[in-house]
Amino acid sequence: MHKDAAISKPGPDISVNLGGLWMKNPVAAASGTFGYGFEYQDYIDSASIGAVIVKGTTLEKRVGNPPPRICETAAGMLNAIGLENPGVEVFVTEYLPRLRQHGVTVVANIAGNTVEDYEHTAAIIDKQSGVAAIELNISCPNVKQGGLQFGTDPAMVEAVVAAVKARTSLPVIPKLSPNVTDIVTIARAAQRGGADALAMINTLLGMAIDIKTRRPVLGNVFGGLSGPAIKPVALRMIYQVYREVDLPILGGGGIVNTADALEFIMAGATAVSIGTGLFVNPTLPAELSLGIKQYLTEHGLDKIGDLVGAAHRF
Amino acid sequence: MPAVEKALVAAHQEVAQGLYEIEVLAPQIASGARPGQFVHVRPGGTSDPLLRRPLSLYDVDQELGSITLLYKVVGRGTELLSRVKSREYIDMMGPLGRGFTLPQTGQSILLIGGGVGIAPLIYLARVLKAQDCTVQAAYGAASLQDAAVYQRKFQQLGIEAWPATMDGSLGYQGTVVGLLHQMAPAIKIDMIYTCGPEGMMKAVTDYAQSHQIPGEVSLEETMACGVGACLGCARKLKPEDADYAKVCKDGPVFSMDLMA
Ligand SMILES: Cc1cc2nc3c(=O)[nH]c(=O)nc-3n(C[C@H](O)[C@H](O)[C@H](O)COP(=O)(O)OP(=O)(O)OC[C@H]3O[C@@H](n4cnc5c(N)ncnc54)[C@H](O)[C@@H]3O)c2cc1C
Ligand SMILES: Cc1cc2nc3c(=O)[nH]c(=O)nc-3n(C[C@H](O)[C@H](O)[C@H](O)COP(=O)(O)O)c2cc1C
Ligand code: FES
Repeated sequence: MHKDAAISKPGPDISVNLGGLWMKNPVAAASGTFGYGFEYQDYIDSASIGAVIVKGTTLEKRVGNPPPRICETAAGMLNAIGLENPGVEVFVTEYLPRLRQHGVTVVANIAGNTVEDYEHTAAIIDKQSGVAAIELNISCPNVKQGGLQFGTDPAMVEAVVAAVKARTSLPVIPKLSPNVTDIVTIARAAQRGGADALAMINTLLGMAIDIKTRRPVLGNVFGGLSGPAIKPVALRMIYQVYREVDLPILGGGGIVNTADALEFIMAGATAVSIGTGLFVNPTLPAELSLGIKQYLTEHGLDKIGDLVGAAHRF
Repeated sequence: MPAVEKALVAAHQEVAQGLYEIEVLAPQIASGARPGQFVHVRPGGTSDPLLRRPLSLYDVDQELGSITLLYKVVGRGTELLSRVKSREYIDMMGPLGRGFTLPQTGQSILLIGGGVGIAPLIYLARVLKAQDCTVQAAYGAASLQDAAVYQRKFQQLGIEAWPATMDGSLGYQGTVVGLLHQMAPAIKIDMIYTCGPEGMMKAVTDYAQSHQIPGEVSLEETMACGVGACLGCARKLKPEDADYAKVCKDGPVFSMDLMA
């Protein structure tokens, strides 16, 4: 293309505002699949990614589950990492400075077993510079409620979101668990708690059995299913929530190519996240940004917002 | 230089039943590759099977930019890989992991392999020879056919190798651990490197430790990312360790000192 033409035609705008989280492009690396942003540095520059959602962080260090922690399934995989992480203090002193220096758009992902855990972890992160938003992993057992997952009970969802909102001025993005009967009820509860956006979906609970040993494959017995196998479920839930709840959505679950990402956007996602797809193709974030841009250009659209929720116009 | 490359298949053949050797051109990956490292290969290229499969560097020619892998067909991924033809491409990522620590020049080295675990020891042997080490190898093979493949490769590298087969069809009759106990006392060993089944590596580690010989093992664990990001390939090296090592990044090669 002629140089002047390139200047006069800057191409479609793929930057997005996800409830106060500004992303230079609409692709985020999903929590737990991209470490602390530097593990993949030989393959992709983490500063080029719309947002890097770092590994789930808890107040105290966790050693994680006994192996095997992962197992491949049909078009997907199960994981039971057990939230292995060094604790929030190590995150803010050792990992965050490097991410900040490198200009990475960092989203912290926090988890806990009590509302107080979430509050304290959020308060510590709030004091740091270099974090653009907080994602709340609510697929964790609430030990004070008999181990019931926070994310499966509307009252608990509202309470934990509200508690974290009270401790931080950063955008708060609860990440919804798909292991519920009615996702819209949960999304509404998150909105009442003050959520700035919603991330969906986390993994689906599953398991695998080794017929040679007759034992569950995973050390933890149960694990979270991710990858292309869960894409139809994720799309359906995003479609339902987009219709009923007025909050921007970070959509993901099984995205491995541009067509997948476009489906999520058309279902109602403002931006997309990729997790398992990164294991297969570490340069996927760059490919998706380019692919989405190309699609917009080909269809004469100026900005990605024009496509969000497109599948609802019928 | 680490990269994801479309690697051109230069040669691919079944060298023994269910055992394949594949040579690809992957100059970027080859350029920085070290013995004991591995590559992550995507079989098929569709979403099922989904994940990449880790395979050790069996041989590398940095001038040619070629990488050779040796693999056993054990499941869907390796089965799909076995169908790839010459002049087709495979999707390869690497080099990955922490490889073997190379000894000082001129040392006496014993390599101990079990089955396809011999693969990383071959590339190691080539590099050790180049730095004037005295290299000897003991290995166990499942069949005479397999043993012939390994024996030929060691011979090409000019390395004295002792095979062990369960039926005695080539070399020592029994396991490579039995062979080790028989042969090792008679030779000078400054360092041991081993790769193979878990039980074998444990026995080799016990031998090395009881004779105060330093050594390294190459471990396996199911992997997803291969770069230390997913924390999936966790392994407790000693039962009393508090933390889990990540085989893909902290390993796959570990010092025997770290093992129980
Ligand atoms: C660092 C590393 C280097 C390796 N190097 C080589 C090599 O050079 N040559 C080679 O043939 N193999 C090597 N392996 C093992 C190889 O990765 C597996 O055999 C392969 O992933 C199996 O894929 P599949 O789809 O064919 O089998 P699957 O369908 O995934 O599994 C089939 C069977 O193989 C077993 N299996 C799967 N993965 C492994 C594994 N990692 N270790 C042991 N058993 C496994 C499964 O439990 C199952 O019983 C290496 C593994 C690691 C971790
Ligand atoms: C190995 C692994 C580890 C994960 N760890 C976390 C985590 O710590 N916190 C979290 O909120 N989600 C975690 N997830 C879920 C992912 O962020 C993502 O929501 C899910 O995998 C679905 O997307 P995908 O199909 O693109 O992977 C993890 C997923 C995988 C595969
Ligand atoms: S395979 Fe992901 S951390 Fe090792």
